Amino acid sequence: MTDTPAIAIAEPVEALRRAQQGKSYWKRVWERLRRDKVTLAMAAILIALLTMVIFAPWFTAHDPYQGSVLRRLKPIGFPGHWLGTDEVGRDLWSRMVYGGRLSLLAGVMPVFLALLVGGFLGILAGYAGGLVNSAIMRLADVLYAFPSILLAIAITGILGAGLKNTILALTIAFVPPLVRISEAVTTQARHLDFVEAARASGAGTMRILQYHILSNVLGPILVYATSLISIGIILAAGLSFLGLGVTPPNAEWGLMLNNLRQALWVDPVICALPGVMIFITSMCFNLLSDGLRQAMDVRL
Amino acid sequence: MRPLLAVDGLTKHFPLRGGPLNRTKAVVQAVDDVSFEVGAGETLGIVGESGCGKSTTARLLMHLVPLDHGTIAFDGKAVGAGAGLSRRDLHRQMQMVFQDSYASLNPRLPVAMSIAFGPLVHGLAKSASLARARDLLQAVGLDPMLFANRYPHELSGGQRQRINVARALALEPRLVILDEAVSALDKSIEAQVLNLLIDIKEQFDLTYIFISHDLNVVRFISDRVLVMYLGKVVELGPVDRIYREPRHPYTKALLSAMPSMDPRRRTMDAPLSGDPPNPINPPSGCRFRTRCPFAEAVCADVPPTLTMGHDGRAVACHMLVSGSGHRRA
Amino acid sequence: MWAYIVRRLLYAVPILLGVSMLVFALIHLAPGDVVDLLVPPEVPKEIADSLRARFALDQAVYIQYFAWLGRLLVGDLGISFFTNRPVADELFSALSNTLMLALPAALLGFSLGVVLGALAAFNRGTWLDKAFSATAITGVSLPHYWVGIVLVAIFSVILNVLPAQGMGGSGFPTSWEQARHLILPVVTLSLIPMGVISRLVRANVLEILSHEFVGTLHAKGLLSRRVLYHVMKNAAPSALALMGLQFGYLLGGSILVETVFNWPGSGGLMNLAIFRRDVPVLSATILVLATIFVVINILVDVLQALIDARMRR
Repeated sequence: MTDTPAIAIAEPVEALRRAQQGKSYWKRVWERLRRDKVTLAMAAILIALLTMVIFAPWFTAHDPYQGSVLRRLKPIGFPGHWLGTDEVGRDLWSRMVYGGRLSLLAGVMPVFLALLVGGFLGILAGYAGGLVNSAIMRLADVLYAFPSILLAIAITGILGAGLKNTILALTIAFVPPLVRISEAVTTQARHLDFVEAARASGAGTMRILQYHILSNVLGPILVYATSLISIGIILAAGLSFLGLGVTPPNAEWGLMLNNLRQALWVDPVICALPGVMIFITSMCFNLLSDGLRQAMDVRL
Repeated sequence: MRPLLAVDGLTKHFPLRGGPLNRTKAVVQAVDDVSFEVGAGETLGIVGESGCGKSTTARLLMHLVPLDHGTIAFDGKAVGAGAGLSRRDLHRQMQMVFQDSYASLNPRLPVAMSIAFGPLVHGLAKSASLARARDLLQAVGLDPMLFANRYPHELSGGQRQRINVARALALEPRLVILDEAVSALDKSIEAQVLNLLIDIKEQFDLTYIFISHDLNVVRFISDRVLVMYLGKVVELGPVDRIYREPRHPYTKALLSAMPSMDPRRRTMDAPLSGDPPNPINPPSGCRFRTRCPFAEAVCADVPPTLTMGHDGRAVACHMLVSGSGHRRA
Repeated sequence: MWAYIVRRLLYAVPILLGVSMLVFALIHLAPGDVVDLLVPPEVPKEIADSLRARFALDQAVYIQYFAWLGRLLVGDLGISFFTNRPVADELFSALSNTLMLALPAALLGFSLGVVLGALAAFNRGTWLDKAFSATAITGVSLPHYWVGIVLVAIFSVILNVLPAQGMGGSGFPTSWEQARHLILPVVTLSLIPMGVISRLVRANVLEILSHEFVGTLHAKGLLSRRVLYHVMKNAAPSALALMGLQFGYLLGGSILVETVFNWPGSGGLMNLAIFRRDVPVLSATILVLATIFVVINILVDVLQALIDARMRR
């Protein structure tokens, strides 16, 4: 009798309270994500990368634009420049960190913008159906007729290089796939019974979209957009590599790859470095996207 | 006594498209010239085989699918643009419970929110809508403390269907259409939900249209019953009299196919022969004639009309109309 | 089925029109007067003006468009104002050079992709499969142009066994010396198709295996030839469709690899055109490559419809 602990009485109430709450879908996705070590690691790497890139002056000792004719193409481990210098004598480590700013921006921003435009158009097409759907999807088909890199080159090649045109070109290249996936999931959701029931309640389009469609559709779209970021980073660097993206003397990974290429015969290893950054960043986003997809695949 | 719902000449044909220019190749005559009335406070059962047009009729009544022809009048007021009742107002008077209890609930919303959605959309404040949702949960036998914040996947089929009923009641309708609402439930749960429906009907002074392919359930819950075949009404009348004394050959066959617990009533011959025909190309004249043991030439030439008898029963069959040309008339 | 094929072919027309309109719009949006783009700046004003008249450049935009379209349809892709030769000639030879890379790359990538994907699927769960997954993720995250540079660094600079650039002579390789130039670019180009195809094949084979053969395989213990044949036959259609698309990407998206290896293909041509601001060459190349991509897409759809129909029989 004396041994009836207070805890024992408290427990059922707590369990009851938890049972009453019910776990929403997003809560369960978050819980699964938290337990996925690989995804957490990727997120950590990306956050670290982002921090370094934003607070670049804190992590670098040299000015990325300042070159020195005497210190061209110094190898890795050279005193004062732990990754060596590039073909004009600028510190490679500084160039890489500062370069991350433009590379990440040029890779992520287009996906974000395309998500807004493409997602909106796709959901509109999927929900409206009929002529609106046909019109939007046919337009997307015309853009789809180009391989993404070709479209990006067409726009930047003719309109001119530079960060703005790069972001514009990649946004336009990413809108069609986002329109397609948004339209597909929205069309699927539109035919579900609970949407019909919502219509039977007399709800108008906006309310149905707000309460019933969006929450069911955003998940897959977001996963797809995240996987597009990894492609965006590779394509953005690729455009700069061709001379169509970021212009010199800015630091950017693809541009650095192009510049250092000429020095391949002098120091083959140095050329590998910017590419490694592109690779790591792209891989992190890829694995993040995979983890997100697995977490969202909650069996109900 | 003015009927609560009067339906006249309801017709819906679905075109089948195909070919290089997406032309209409054929037409599915899902619902063809269906007319009936529902009085306030009664339960009208609608029975028929799969594909006879029951669910399409329900969707036409709810205006989820646009009509081709026909009129629908609720409480004397015609429904349609410009005329008496708008779609939105109709939805406040008439609601529906669907068959698939799981698919009819948004998996991302807590069930109280699913119930509160209707009132919310019609202008009620969120807190008031949720309060009403909790009251309705109580009314359908679910403790709001335990169930309000649950998600559909955390509930059983019977519980979900109660939620669907609560949702249908949230807009305080006068007529509720139950489209195979208990068909997917286990028998014991089905009985509970049926009893709940009967209680609710009395408590909230409702009128029901109960659609089902299960003849026993229809008999249990309905006052009158309407029998459909391939998009047409073949018989209509008080449920007990139709079950005891079916007049249309299809109704007779349907009822004799019901297994009975009574060893004295055994089915000796297969009641229906032949394959169920295609709603795409229904037989000319009387659509049942290809399976009817009493079919004659006139049945192929002239479609029978639903003639109302003096006893409140209506049948669409040439055999029962004198002067139709049928030998048995 | 034929109805579908006809519809698909007809649908290509508005798409191609849309593509041409897009390219034309881009040309017009380019900074500077259109004639300045079509004609080198040193040309005296009278000639420029007469060209304006001749190409109907002083008329409304849509008339210019139709004039341009008309010229395209008869094969007049314009004149490069860097070399003053017809674009069509340069483009044709450049395309055949790209094909010289794309075909072997496709063969290599597809065959390795199928083998790797099937191996991974049949050995599901073992270290082989896990290694495959790791490789696949790596492959998709690698910038293939960077891989090209790394390969050059290893095989040309450090080991000095393979040439780093160029074709080593024009036309189809007739000697081992010439053929050596093909190796690195082809390998680089084959990476992406290999990755994409192997992932699809693995997924498809796994799906088929889960359908039908679980019990039989367990009972029999080993894979028999018939099982293998059946599985591959069922996995083939979608794999073939993807291969077609990947080949289209190889043709249209080769510019990055061609830049790394200084290969004079369509990508290299585009590169030069960008560098020289040679708008006729650039726009014509983009248009032709996009058209080829659309045509390949249609062929893939039609083939898939045909294969589907045969399989259903």
